Amino acid sequence: MVTIRRMEKLIGYVLLAGVLTSAAIVLFGGALYMWRHGSTPVHYRIFRGEPSDLRSLAGIWKDFTEGSGRGAIQFGLMLLVGIQVIRVALTGVLFLLNRDKVFVVITFLVLAMLSYALFFAGE
Amino acid sequence: METLPYLSLVAAGAFAAGIVGALTGEGGGIILVPMLVLLFDVNMHNAAGASLIAVTATSTAATIAFLSQGYTNLRIGMFLQMTSISGGIAGALLAALVPVPALMAIFGTVLLYSSYMTFRRKEESEPDRPSDPLAVRFHMESSYPVLGGWKPYKVFSVIPGALLMGVAGIISGLLGIGAGAVNVLVMDQVMRLPYKVSTTTSNFMIGITAAGSAGVYLHRGYIDPVLTMPVVLGIFIGAAVGARLLMIVRAKPLRLFFSFLVLVAALEMIYKGVARGLAH
Repeated sequence: MVTIRRMEKLIGYVLLAGVLTSAAIVLFGGALYMWRHGSTPVHYRIFRGEPSDLRSLAGIWKDFTEGSGRGAIQFGLMLLVGIQVIRVALTGVLFLLNRDKVFVVITFLVLAMLSYALFFAGE
Repeated sequence: METLPYLSLVAAGAFAAGIVGALTGEGGGIILVPMLVLLFDVNMHNAAGASLIAVTATSTAATIAFLSQGYTNLRIGMFLQMTSISGGIAGALLAALVPVPALMAIFGTVLLYSSYMTFRRKEESEPDRPSDPLAVRFHMESSYPVLGGWKPYKVFSVIPGALLMGVAGIISGLLGIGAGAVNVLVMDQVMRLPYKVSTTTSNFMIGITAAGSAGVYLHRGYIDPVLTMPVVLGIFIGAAVGARLLMIVRAKPLRLFFSFLVLVAALEMIYKGVARGLAH
């Protein structure tokens, strides 16, 4: 049981580090965007939809590395979403340590659905 | 309005939603979406997209806070996650097909229901019969910390619970909320889990379900980075502050206030949805 307790602690630390990193990136991207566009008028009454580069993980990465503020924010947000994948995977490791075969399979199924959603669903 | 002052106000609003969400245990989404739509004049799709990302943030934060305390039942959580995330993906795909006025009316109805449930939450004793055989076979029974030790609990209606979690997932993906209130209701009233186990397990789950929906929302172009930024940062800090206030603030009047707030939002969402539906 000691390993399980330590594993739970580890999960906590990994999640905290992930959340703080993603918040820092979102803040950085936000500051960058505000500096460039802070005084432009804005409204969200009508739905316009994001440009195609901000709709896919590959496009977001490209925008981020090119120094776009919106790209950096979106990258930070997707990091936050990606942490959920890590969260599920680490819970799977916890089941594995417990020799809980059925739940390792269940976790794997959840992981597969989540990955499908992040990469393909709705495209 | 200019971008900077507008987004500062959105951040302040999300901060408040984070505090109230943490204090009432309902998560932020149920207040966040109506606030964005009604106060900040944001369209449904962008509001729901921002809220989904906010839900992943608050759910992760709650997992960090509660995992080592022993309330969260990871087995039940992961089992229910199968149907919950399927529903979350399906609901998100449906969001593009349902007309916006109908979405608003559905949202209002879910809010009405949440308001009612918050208002009349009742505690019931555990039934005398043995656990669902499926729960026994999958070792879902567990115990949770109470004053002076650990109290074992039973688990009922695993399959009906899982199916209803699928419905909760659809609502979550369709409206961009965590649907924590529906989750808790299913675990508390159908599966008969202790209330604290229900809320912490739901908190663990909603971020994963929301992440599934967020994938669809991203590909459809519903997630606006500039709008989502102040929402996520605001609600995250608000939730952290709210969790600390939890020891000081009295729960009962707060629940009544929250219930009233959600009721007002519900009526306005339904009114706006119907008005917009008739105008078309």
